[in-house]
Amino acid sequence: MKKNVTIKVNGADRRAAVEPRLLLVHFLREVAGLTGTHVGCETSLCGACTVLLDGRAVKSCTVLAVQADGRKVTTVEGLADGDKLHPIQEGFWEEHGLQCGFCTPGMIMCSHDLLEHHPNPSDSEIRAGINGNLCRCTGYQHIVAAVRNASKKMSKRATARAGAR
Amino acid sequence: MYPRAFHYHRASSLKEAVAMLSQLGDDAKLLAGGQSLIPLMKLRFANPQHLVDLNFVPGTSYIKEEGGALRFGALTRHAEIENSATAAKIPILHDCAAGIADVQVRNRGTIGGSLAEADPSGDWAVVLMTLSTEVCCLGAKKTRTVPLSDFIKDAYTTALAHDELVSEVVVKAPPKGSGGAYIAFKRSAPVYPTASAAVQLIMDGDVCKDVVIALGCVGLTAIKAKDAEAALRGQRITDKALSAAMEAARAAADPQSDMRGSTDYKRALVGALVKRAIEVAMRRAHGEQVEVGHIYA
Ligand SMILES: Cc1cc2nc3c(=O)[nH]c(=O)nc-3n(C[C@H](O)[C@H](O)[C@H](O)COP(=O)(O)OP(=O)(O)OC[C@H]3O[C@@H](n4cnc5c(N)ncnc54)[C@H](O)[C@@H]3O)c2cc1C
Ligand code: FES
Ligand code: FES
Repeated sequence: MKKNVTIKVNGADRRAAVEPRLLLVHFLREVAGLTGTHVGCETSLCGACTVLLDGRAVKSCTVLAVQADGRKVTTVEGLADGDKLHPIQEGFWEEHGLQCGFCTPGMIMCSHDLLEHHPNPSDSEIRAGINGNLCRCTGYQHIVAAVRNASKKMSKRATARAGAR
Repeated sequence: MYPRAFHYHRASSLKEAVAMLSQLGDDAKLLAGGQSLIPLMKLRFANPQHLVDLNFVPGTSYIKEEGGALRFGALTRHAEIENSATAAKIPILHDCAAGIADVQVRNRGTIGGSLAEADPSGDWAVVLMTLSTEVCCLGAKKTRTVPLSDFIKDAYTTALAHDELVSEVVVKAPPKGSGGAYIAFKRSAPVYPTASAAVQLIMDGDVCKDVVIALGCVGLTAIKAKDAEAALRGQRITDKALSAAMEAARAAADPQSDMRGSTDYKRALVGALVKRAIEVAMRRAHGEQVEVGHIYA
């Protein structure tokens, strides 16, 4: 039997009647039409499908859409402010934190969880923070540099905001 | 990869969840963090007809300090324990929570689900076995409190009746002079350890007054290395005593050869992990703040 759900995706309510077995990642891609969230392994191992559920990184291939009912989901599409990229996206751009880009949305969303909770991580904390995300291209070096770049930008902006108050 | 179709039920209280289980019968399963169950359902190793979702039950995720014990709500996520200053008062609990898989899994997976799953490679059972731990089980007719050693019966098998659930996990604070450590060896974050060792001891100066040693991933359940404990109890922890404990731990292990390593390899590994965990536990017992992390291949 289908179940009605309302999931706030990137600030907008998405309503649908879904089969209980529908995974959140498929809700996002097929019901909400947001294909920025990728499906890699489908077995909870690669992190490509990472999104934020109520602000915390989760593997959306390992959450049922019905479990996100009434909750907030943020995908990579929800980060930029119009044409202005999010500092994490800028970091990946500036440091060439990707090659094929398949792992990138998951890397970015997982880094988001990390930087929200640990604003100035060391390199080893960055590596630990994204150790559930696999990249088959970059060797991780540039990804770590991208997250470090983003953390500097975000803390600079936070200091500037605090100074302006 | 889709699970087989099932009916979804959302419980609004733990009592209601138990009532749903009684009514729906054997084909119903509880859903907590879903980090064991959903992967199994996608692989069609588990095919429940009904899922009773506990995630919408309020007040099931908490860490309370009460009467010399820490009480964890069944749905307390690994990440909440990892980030809790209260839980860190028993350092081995932080070692465990912070080392489970990756942040995404820790944000979802729960302590209650982990014990109920009784995965032979699960971390919580190994660590909690070194402490005085009780599992509160809520049934349709009564609530009972089961010591962890009686709760886990076998691989993937617990003392829970079909219509019972874990409501709370209670861990007694260890006495003064105690220290503990948990160290696992892993090939990467999102996989279970190859082997692991949990040590909780009480020191009186340089003499080990008491000690509990548990081994993970080297048997159908966590294994208590009783002879390894005996090698240390009442002794100064000298190199000789350490070697004896390592040797006894290796002998107590009963590993299976699989993709993570051969029987001999795992035996050798678990001995080395026991040694490291004893060393950290001792330093902590002497009041030192020691950060430990798992060892990656
Ligand atoms: C990629 C990956 C890597 C992992 N690595 C590790 C690891 O290194 N170490 C580790 O310990 N774990 C690991 N896990 C498992 C993780 O810790 C799980 O969260 C945990 O084992 C189960 O908890 P859960 O809340 O997700 O339970 P669920 O998956 O929701 O449920 C598991 C089982 O327990 C039952 N259940 C759940 N809650 C209750 C309750 N309150 N009362 C009675 N029965 C209940 C369910 O019906 C089900 O049968 C990993 C998981 C993944 C996906
Ligand atoms: S697709 Fe979800 S973890 Fe790989
Ligand atoms: S950039 Fe190709 S997988 Fe990471």
